[in-house]
Amino acid sequence: MAAATHHTAPAEHATTMGIDHRKLLMWIFLASECLFFGSLISTYMVFRGDSIVGPYPAEILDIPLTSTSTFVLLMSSLTMVLAVYGAQHGRPTMMRVMLLGTIILGLGFLGFQTYEFRTFGAEGLVPSTNQFGATFFVLTGLHGTHVGVGVLYLASLLLASFRRTGLGRDQVLHIDIAGLYWHFVDIVWIVIFTIIYLIPQ
Amino acid sequence: MATAVGALAHTEEHSGLWSWLTTVDHKKIGALYGITGFLFFLLGGAEAVAIRTQLAVPNGTVVDAARFNELFTMHALTMIFLAIMPMGAAFFNYFIPLQIGARDVAFPRLNALSYWVFLSGAVILTSSFFLGGAPDGGWFAYVPLTGKQYSPGTGLDFYVVGLMVLGLSSLLASLNFAVTIINMRAPGMTLMRMPVYMWIALVVAFLLILSLPVLTVGLIQLLFDRKFGTNFFTPGSGGDPILWQHIFWIFGHPEVYVLILPAMGIVSEVLPVMSRKPLFGYSAIVFASASIGVLGFGVWAHHMFTTGLGTVPQVVFSASTMAIGVPTGIKIFNWLGTMYGGNIRFVTATYFAVAFIATFTIGGISGVMHASPSVDAQHQDSYFVVAHLHYVLFGGAIMGIFSGIFYWFPKMTGRLLDEATGKLTFWLMFVGLNLTFFPMHFLGLAGMPRRIYTYDAGLGWETWNFVATIGAYTIAASVLVFVVNFLMTMRKPRTAPDNPWDGATLEWATSSPPPEHDFDVIPPVHDRDPLWYMRDHNIAMPAPPEHQHIHMPPPSYFPLIMGLGVAMMAIGVLSTFAITALGIVVVIYSTWGWVLEPTD
Ligand SMILES: [Cu+2]
Repeated sequence: MAAATHHTAPAEHATTMGIDHRKLLMWIFLASECLFFGSLISTYMVFRGDSIVGPYPAEILDIPLTSTSTFVLLMSSLTMVLAVYGAQHGRPTMMRVMLLGTIILGLGFLGFQTYEFRTFGAEGLVPSTNQFGATFFVLTGLHGTHVGVGVLYLASLLLASFRRTGLGRDQVLHIDIAGLYWHFVDIVWIVIFTIIYLIPQ
Repeated sequence: MATAVGALAHTEEHSGLWSWLTTVDHKKIGALYGITGFLFFLLGGAEAVAIRTQLAVPNGTVVDAARFNELFTMHALTMIFLAIMPMGAAFFNYFIPLQIGARDVAFPRLNALSYWVFLSGAVILTSSFFLGGAPDGGWFAYVPLTGKQYSPGTGLDFYVVGLMVLGLSSLLASLNFAVTIINMRAPGMTLMRMPVYMWIALVVAFLLILSLPVLTVGLIQLLFDRKFGTNFFTPGSGGDPILWQHIFWIFGHPEVYVLILPAMGIVSEVLPVMSRKPLFGYSAIVFASASIGVLGFGVWAHHMFTTGLGTVPQVVFSASTMAIGVPTGIKIFNWLGTMYGGNIRFVTATYFAVAFIATFTIGGISGVMHASPSVDAQHQDSYFVVAHLHYVLFGGAIMGIFSGIFYWFPKMTGRLLDEATGKLTFWLMFVGLNLTFFPMHFLGLAGMPRRIYTYDAGLGWETWNFVATIGAYTIAASVLVFVVNFLMTMRKPRTAPDNPWDGATLEWATSSPPPEHDFDVIPPVHDRDPLWYMRDHNIAMPAPPEHQHIHMPPPSYFPLIMGLGVAMMAIGVLSTFAITALGIVVVIYSTWGWVLEPTD
């Protein structure tokens, strides 16, 4: 056999487009996610004002509270940017602190969401109550799931960065890709927040 | 020394059950997809034969109405999601790296995961037959019929969960294929030098990446309606059953192209090689495929002309549906132009490809007929629609797949399928499919509704129903002949040459079957038909370097474990949430193992 298959360190693979496979994968995956949230948001829009029984959105939405949680999530994008900066400029402590900050802010957002869901439940709004309940809980719940997955993702990176080998030679790339996902989830929230909370019905 | 050890380690892993369970080799995964898809093709075919047997004569008593509903629903789901899509994925898996001159896909373990998730979804969906009844609301599962009120059983839950799992599998595979084609092409292979088949694989990948999330959202909403009492689709409480139709067909129409485009791609490979001429109008066919991909997202409401869309939407979707016929029509001329003046080698693969052009065109034309809302209203829910869609999916997709099987079999197995038996398969299948599906046009125009489990004598439907049933048995015979051919051929020694058809694309530059690393040396690409260019310019294949260390990813069992975790998550939704929670733990555990596993 002229070329024996063999386990050695991989040669540097030059990619056709000059972008790493993993980063390209994340970009294309986010395109898919756009359609996912686009469908959920469209459903919300379709059923806007179609609730036959209350509680209606105007009665139940706590805009100051959710503005606060939105601010928390936006700040997590700032810390994420700083984590990427830390990784790119060889400042591991900054990277780790900012990752931790992003995780805490993400958890804070999820805390707000849990509180909001529980309050709504106490006030008589569950998914089966009316069209607002169904579309609201499914849309924001699935967004919250994405934040939760992001928190797990960042926490895994943070933990792995403490290994002897750290995040390996692709450290910058790993943090960068996680950042893409995190910012995307944030941007989606801006759209959701605007449509559900800010535009009056 | 190290080389010898490495080679030895690999030869030990080449066979046995464990090597298949842990494989990350795109060729082995392609084979798994192909075998699994073909077995489900047999199952879907058996369901079709049962349906045709029931309908052979008036007032048939082979199955009752409830079983019949399960049969036509599962026939569609099996053929679409468990047979045609995986057989298409099998060829994509096998030939994307080989045709672009790569040694594997971009993410070999993700590729294995796609297969195991597919298998989980297929088993879950099919197991519904034994676990309280299969889905029986048709493959597009229109509400309110499929809501909790009218479908209180578990069949529709299996539909929802099964399709979610299968959708996840297709999404993962498509992401992988898209990255591979965009980012791993051999030096010199610009986009406009890619084989047409690769263009089509790219378009199909993006169709799935952008349409599956829409279906997933619809399935989540249907699941909430059925499990948690929401009213997305239930009228009376503010819900809207038409919304389901929109969501389903925004996915469903691109899905139709997901099914037919791979067959078009295969035919675009087979015809130039067998005509010994380059493909006629390469860029036309590339742009036609891309515009089908774009327009495919703008025609969905032609499935809904009878729901009272209103005049303006009807006009818009009527126009866009006519428009999408244009790129499809262009391709027909590309294929005819390719054969024109060619020195055609009439082997079985050519027979299937040529027949594909004819039968697919019949299905395409009856499709354009439905672009007219008034015609569509006449044909809606009649056997005419059944005739149309089977000309596209059997006359198109299946004929294309069989062409691909005969064309690529020597590359994949090192053996040539028997030609005489192959031509017998072809003639039986070609006659059988026309005998089955052409009379359905007449039945539809004579007013026979689709999906009825029986009918009375004296309505003028007896003759053509009987003819259609004879056709179905003829198709079954053709598939049986093919299975015999396959089994006989696999017992023969591997004597097929590396390039039996004088093919032009890179997969023919390596051995038959290819080594694990695909190419000893990545062939240079100077042209759209690289091997013909090298042949005509007397360029020899470059010799591999003396001491070459080709790094191939080692096998891994994490994809299998993660696939099981996904299956548990799905099973939990159908039984008790504890299993879902356990599945989530398994997925997280295997993700960690996956990431930390050394791949060097
Ligand atoms: Cu359509």
